[in-house]
Amino acid sequence: MSSSTLPATKSIIGAFTAEAFAEHLATHKSAPAWWLDRKRVAYAKFAALPMPSRTDESWRFSNIGTLTLDGFAPTPVSDLKSEIPKPFGLPALTFFNNLLISDRSAKAGLTAKGVIVTTLAEATTQHADLLKAHFMAQPQKLGSEKFASLHTAFVADGAFIYIPKGIELAEPIIITHVATGAGTAVFPHTLVIAEENSKVTVVDHFVSADASAHFACGANDLYAAHGAQLTYVAAQAWSKDTLSFQFNSTVVRRDARVQSLNIHLGARQARHESLSQLQAPGAFSEMLALTVATGTQEFDQRTLQIHQAANTKSDLLYKNALNDSSKTNFSGLIIVDPDAQKTDAYQSNRNLMLSEDAEVNSLPGLEIQANDVRCTHGSTTSRVDPEQLYYLQSRGIHPKTAHQLLVFGFFEEVLNRLENEPLHDALRGLIQSKLGQ
Amino acid sequence: MKPLSDPETLAPAEEAAVENPSVGIDQTAGNFTYDVKYEFDAGTGLNENTVRYISSVKKEAQWILDFRLKALKTFESMPLPTHWATKDLENIDFNKIRYYLSQGQKPKRTWEEVPDDIKNTFERLGIPEQERKFLAGVEAQFDSEAAYSNIKDIVAKQGVIFCNSTEALREHPELFRKWFGKVIPTADNKFSALNSAVFSGGSFIYVPPGVKVAQPLQAYFRINAENFGQFERTLIIVDEGAEVTYMEGCTAPKFSTSTLHSAVVELVAMKGAKIQYITVQNWASNVYNLVTKRGLAHEEAEIKWIDCNLGSRLTMKYPGVILKGRKARGEVISIALANDGQHQDTGAKMVHAADETTSTIVSKSISVGQGRATYRGVVHIPKHLKGCKNNTECDALLINTNSRTDTYPAITVRGDQHAVQHEASVSKVSEEQIFYMQQRGLTEGQAMSLSVNGFINDLARQFPMEYSVELKRLIDLEMEGSVG
Repeated sequence: MSSSTLPATKSIIGAFTAEAFAEHLATHKSAPAWWLDRKRVAYAKFAALPMPSRTDESWRFSNIGTLTLDGFAPTPVSDLKSEIPKPFGLPALTFFNNLLISDRSAKAGLTAKGVIVTTLAEATTQHADLLKAHFMAQPQKLGSEKFASLHTAFVADGAFIYIPKGIELAEPIIITHVATGAGTAVFPHTLVIAEENSKVTVVDHFVSADASAHFACGANDLYAAHGAQLTYVAAQAWSKDTLSFQFNSTVVRRDARVQSLNIHLGARQARHESLSQLQAPGAFSEMLALTVATGTQEFDQRTLQIHQAANTKSDLLYKNALNDSSKTNFSGLIIVDPDAQKTDAYQSNRNLMLSEDAEVNSLPGLEIQANDVRCTHGSTTSRVDPEQLYYLQSRGIHPKTAHQLLVFGFFEEVLNRLENEPLHDALRGLIQSKLGQ
Repeated sequence: MKPLSDPETLAPAEEAAVENPSVGIDQTAGNFTYDVKYEFDAGTGLNENTVRYISSVKKEAQWILDFRLKALKTFESMPLPTHWATKDLENIDFNKIRYYLSQGQKPKRTWEEVPDDIKNTFERLGIPEQERKFLAGVEAQFDSEAAYSNIKDIVAKQGVIFCNSTEALREHPELFRKWFGKVIPTADNKFSALNSAVFSGGSFIYVPPGVKVAQPLQAYFRINAENFGQFERTLIIVDEGAEVTYMEGCTAPKFSTSTLHSAVVELVAMKGAKIQYITVQNWASNVYNLVTKRGLAHEEAEIKWIDCNLGSRLTMKYPGVILKGRKARGEVISIALANDGQHQDTGAKMVHAADETTSTIVSKSISVGQGRATYRGVVHIPKHLKGCKNNTECDALLINTNSRTDTYPAITVRGDQHAVQHEASVSKVSEEQIFYMQQRGLTEGQAMSLSVNGFINDLARQFPMEYSVELKRLIDLEMEGSVG
């Protein structure tokens, strides 16, 4: 296609050529015109934007050389035979290489209260207005406009969740996205709209059914209306050769609260961008993340907390544990707009070094334009405390177990913020299995 | 410290502009220029001829001219760093800047030999009579050349060399050439390249092994011509086990068009040496102050930057320490005050390059009115080192509702043998504190001033006495008219 004649120059579109895009559109002929138009606009943007460069501040410390879009097929043939792990119980929706293969939303009794749990494809015709207003509607401010456009251009399906006014769901809604086959490209999307005073927990589970290299380019849009309480958990467990992008956008309205927790386990290189916009007084966004990095994995986390109104609160806690020669980048920014007085913003990045070859880059930033605020941030990097290790050993605990206990203690502070106990246990299990490897 | 009951000190800014003995320093004293006959003047704009002209006036050796010409090429080829820095840099018109001028006078030794107009400058700065005698030992930079130096003779008895860059490179190349341009390479950034091409003035200091210089070496800088850029070059080499404190303070006349100040300061602390470098920067509010400062600390050496930025339109300055030897220590204490129209973009760089090196950064900034204070920092701990420690604290105080502060630290740590922590906070002056003080009879302005001074008090105490007194006075002046 493009790069065969010029092997030295990396293509800025890779396998996502105009032909591939045309092919993708052909499989979505029945979709409404506005949806296809959006995709065309997004594709044009993707194809025009350059790859990130070394001097790009939003890609500082990232390994740009290993970002390649070559060799991935946007529409692969799916192999449905594989067994899919279900750590969170039975999912409401399961997508296999972008295709819906199981829909248990009706069975789970979710729809009874007027809750909508459906696919994006369905929503394009049934809930077009909501989709138009919320799907990838927020600005891309964290450096990946190109890849976010790629997502919009090639997104095939995803979850659309709508919780009506005043409805509270006790059980989490589980969405599973599976990738399988070498070179598979997946574009998972989850859109959650929590209407006034509703309450819901949504879990995205990203998993590979085999160990081959995938390209995952996912996004989620979270919208919490007046007084809503939305908890979003994403567990990323792609294969260790996957190149992964995840874009999060959170909009928090008056007195609403959004808690998001991202667990990063898989991929060879994973970039996660998270934007929280606190738009009305009383809005609260809690941004949590845990990363277990092993081997030569690179996790790149970029966050932005924008306080657009007075009396808003945000609290970010990102914890990374690094083994082997892994690398994590954390770049966070709190922006307090000129009139957002009485803002209470916190941002904390804690790194636990478990190997002498691991590398941490931490860029906690603040841009404050109002004076009556409480804004603090902190970043620490250190190893397991030898005194604590000694204490445990003196109680007869094996050094290896003691070490693991301390690493878990490090993560527990984040996991404990989750209200849902079974969810907490499932996540702990996932982390344990990665640490035990 | 000034008496709190003195109403004079709390008058609005316009009134403070008149002679005010209790404040001691008239803020507008810097707003004048002298009609100096420049015997040597390179004209405006920059090209190879300018550089050759400067070099020939200074009767420099060929290697220095080559160094300058190479730097000019580097400067021309490098872009402005606006992908991360403020776009305000684009307002600098490099063609309108005067890159060199000199009074053509030889450095003076005694107070009597100092020209009257320089004495007059000290007068206008409100420096008391007794202090002036002390200042006779000050290396005062008038325009591009050092105007006089006296302390030189005293320290010379200890074997200390203290002279300007031209003299140092001419008389002592064997000492200075080895480290000149080595701590901060020409291509470090666009402005260090510019300085390397057109530098003049500045202090070169060599302290021999084991010598502890008792009194701080000082230099006052002044800019005194419109559109005139000042490009000092400072290199301080402190040999094994020796110690020195160096102080620089700046005031500048106010001009209608922007002025550029772009210094390069290199420090070299050999094994076990200690260097303390103190700066109080109070350029006029139209000056671009783009300075590169870096120290190289060998084994068990200690380099401490105390950096206070009050003036200028835009200051970009990140004093750094390269911790090259085992157990080296680096410290940056930074105070920044940004008032209307000012952007203080300051910070620190700590590059750990040996085991058991430690570094500390404490930064406090105050934003008044529409002022903007930015902290930018780098802490770098590369692979295969053991026992490195860094502690960074950044506190920002916002005075008015539309004041602005930013914090952009970058921390890189490789390996599990280190402890690094960074903390930052942003706050405003506590209403309760102000209320309490007003109840005790202070005006709101007095209370505010006292609070702000309290915010930086623990750092200000680290300055030598006369500097911390001056600092307090300057803060009082800046705080005037910021409330109500």
